[in-house]
Amino acid sequence: MLPDAAWVLVSVAGRYAAVVARNALRLGKHVFLFSDNVPVEEEIQLKAMAAAKGLLVMGPDCGTALIRGIGLGFANKVRLGPIGVVAAAGTGLQQVTARIHQLGGGVSYGIGAGGRDLTEKVGAVTFRQGIDLLARDPETSVIVLVSKPPAPKVAEEMLQVARSAPKPVVVNFIGRPASTWQMDNLYFATGLDDAARLAMELTSPPAPPLPGEGSIPPPSLAGKGVGGSGFAPTQRYLRGLFSGGTLAYEAQYLLQGYLPKVWANAPLNKADRIPNSLVSQEHTIIDLGEDEFTVGRLHPMMDNELRIRRLMQEAADPEVAVIMLDVVIGYGSHPNPASELAPAIAKAKATAAAAGRYLEVVAVVTGTDEDPQNLVSQIEQLRAAGAWVDASNETVVRYAGRLLRALNSQYPIPNTQQPVDLATLQRPLSAINVGLESFAENLIAQGVPAIQVDWRPPAGGNEKLMMILERMKGN
Amino acid sequence: MIDIEQANKTTVDRMMEARPVLIGVGRARDVIPGMRDNLLLHAGPPVTWERMAGPMKGAAVGSLILEGKAQGWDDAEALITSGAIEFKPCHHHAAVGPMAGLISPSMMVYIVENQTQGNRAYSGINEGRGKVLRMGAYSEDVLERMHWLNDVLAPVVHDALALCGGIDLRSLLGQALHMGDDGHNRLSAASLLFLKSLDPYIVKTAPNPDVASDILKTLGDNALAILNPVMAACKTMTDAGHNVEGSTIVTVMARNGTDFGIRVSGLGDRWFTAPAGVVKALYFPGFTERDANPDIGDSTITETAGIGGFAMAAAPAIVTFIGGHAKDAVNTTLDMYEITYAEHKFFTMPPLDFRGTPTGIDIRKVVEKGIPPRVNTGVAHRDPGIGQVGAGVVSAPMKVFEDALIAYAERYGFAE
Repeated sequence: MLPDAAWVLVSVAGRYAAVVARNALRLGKHVFLFSDNVPVEEEIQLKAMAAAKGLLVMGPDCGTALIRGIGLGFANKVRLGPIGVVAAAGTGLQQVTARIHQLGGGVSYGIGAGGRDLTEKVGAVTFRQGIDLLARDPETSVIVLVSKPPAPKVAEEMLQVARSAPKPVVVNFIGRPASTWQMDNLYFATGLDDAARLAMELTSPPAPPLPGEGSIPPPSLAGKGVGGSGFAPTQRYLRGLFSGGTLAYEAQYLLQGYLPKVWANAPLNKADRIPNSLVSQEHTIIDLGEDEFTVGRLHPMMDNELRIRRLMQEAADPEVAVIMLDVVIGYGSHPNPASELAPAIAKAKATAAAAGRYLEVVAVVTGTDEDPQNLVSQIEQLRAAGAWVDASNETVVRYAGRLLRALNSQYPIPNTQQPVDLATLQRPLSAINVGLESFAENLIAQGVPAIQVDWRPPAGGNEKLMMILERMKGN
Repeated sequence: MIDIEQANKTTVDRMMEARPVLIGVGRARDVIPGMRDNLLLHAGPPVTWERMAGPMKGAAVGSLILEGKAQGWDDAEALITSGAIEFKPCHHHAAVGPMAGLISPSMMVYIVENQTQGNRAYSGINEGRGKVLRMGAYSEDVLERMHWLNDVLAPVVHDALALCGGIDLRSLLGQALHMGDDGHNRLSAASLLFLKSLDPYIVKTAPNPDVASDILKTLGDNALAILNPVMAACKTMTDAGHNVEGSTIVTVMARNGTDFGIRVSGLGDRWFTAPAGVVKALYFPGFTERDANPDIGDSTITETAGIGGFAMAAAPAIVTFIGGHAKDAVNTTLDMYEITYAEHKFFTMPPLDFRGTPTGIDIRKVVEKGIPPRVNTGVAHRDPGIGQVGAGVVSAPMKVFEDALIAYAERYGFAE
């Protein structure tokens, strides 16, 4: 009876599928769950049970999967190779893996999660297991994540999980516009084809240097780490104090790639509007050039007084880790903004240090060396005060973004899953097929030992008796 | 919440640890607890005269003639319908009877004692195959033979058993399974072992050599001579496992020719019944399925204890009943592992590398897998007075297990 089979393929009618899958899990088998019409409550319960046992439930409604070159369900004949795919999108998985094959590449695993896995209810249990096992699999060098439109919150969580993978991860969440095309080890594809192409590029070492990247030294927490003279454990948030509206917008846009939510008085999305512009909360970007601040007062490009007061206010907040400023010079602006801002920055940092905190102040200076205020001189004054300064808004925002993400990822999403034992996937595949006979035939055609179970609904399909039997079983 | 596994383990352990020993023969009125002059015991779950199957009616009439309470069918029936006679299942009195299973007060019965837990069970003297009382025949020659068995054979066998110190039936059955018996329908080896154990003593306890010769010939010619002691042995085993709180193991399966009934260890003395099935049988020349009475008899106590149809793999010769292949016998046993709790410690089967027989029918497994217990059985003619017409296999009706499961769920809080 193939007692060492690691897999059970289930394709019986949906209302019986959970019972069969649960029995497979009780026997310590991974489950490929093709059946559809499985109630979502059953899916949640099955996946919780599987995660606690370090087993996979691929599905329900999982049409396809690839396990080390062997296709389960509907699958293409795809070369074995170093790209691992996790998908909550059946044909998406087929398209990406087929394209990788056409491009000359190969696939280690194609893990199907089922179409509902990335909903908030199900909480991406299988998706997370897939990322985790591919991150640990020594034969996988690049991971590709594919999903139909996921729940935004779950998508963010999965990106955070993916960031902890020690290898490049190509992401194609259809319908979730990427704010950036790369972020640390994450590469955002514009489509399935692009995902396949990107994955191929990333498997050919060394990964090509990407334009714009590489010029920024990776953010280091060295000397700024939590404890000692570094950041205090309370310090997690950004405060951006801008004079330039467009620079503030761009900062918000770019930070989407790094932070779950940024409040603003001039937000990109209404939902992010800060309730009180005078009081920051969590990550906040304030455009001090907005009308609410300029009634009866000069614009902050000319008058630094309000901004300096707000700078000191933010510096006193024990939750603040990074403060960002923009300094826009040129005709019409303050004749020497750095002469006022630099001492304020120094004072802000000193205030934080006196309270046992490390405060990072970053600044972008917009202007030229021929401006009356002189770009170089402004930068030098700000740096002398201890600020991290660049002339590119994007560079400064990304630097701040990485720093903040590093700080916040010290609070990782708790993972209560039992890791999937890779050995169960690495040994030669053999499977027990319950349901569509063609699935067993397909495996045998691929040289895989498979047995077809002559399955009948438990208790002859009598639901009352089935319920009683399930209750008597417990887990 | 009740620990079902532990309860079932207790039940099956008790069943397997039971050590039934055949210790003697006695008159039913004297030895069976609760036996009374106007009481007739019968096979299966309770049944009224109105619903009673033909062969059981025939055996009841025969028993009343044997008891001297009636001369023939008409006055026997008049006596019964007058309410002067009470019918009760053998199982209510620690007894078991093959086919109609009739035990009347003056009949002699084997006494089997379980020397582990101390309980006893009782069963009559086997008459052999064909036209016999237990199959519903009650003609003069049938009753003549019953008289001889009760009055001549029984006392001699009783004295022989006393002389030899009793026969350990668990050990005898273990041996017989290694000699091609299933312990229910095929008891050729067991009956010979029985004879072998008794004959040195029968020659001493018989009043003269002619009687000794008749008794030895009767026992030796009857390949089912030991069926009744074996059934009583199985009854002591399953009774030892009965009434374990929370257990889902079946402790009685029995048929009265009208209904098939079971009892479950954790559900007390309640019967769960459904109409008895028709046996798939090989018929004696001149008979067909149209002549067959539905499934009848207490002999399914053997399957309940883990032998009989469940041990078919040990008895490939038995497939001649159904005209199948030796492999079918093995497959039947393999199927029964699907619905049982344990493999027997003392009953093993050479063709399965001495694997223990499937023991302890679990109502959960029967219902979940839709596999009913398989039973090997004889077939009686549907009309009284004719006797056996064949032998074959039959499955227990699923309904009794489903009803028992629902009752269990209600009793132990799994219903909602």
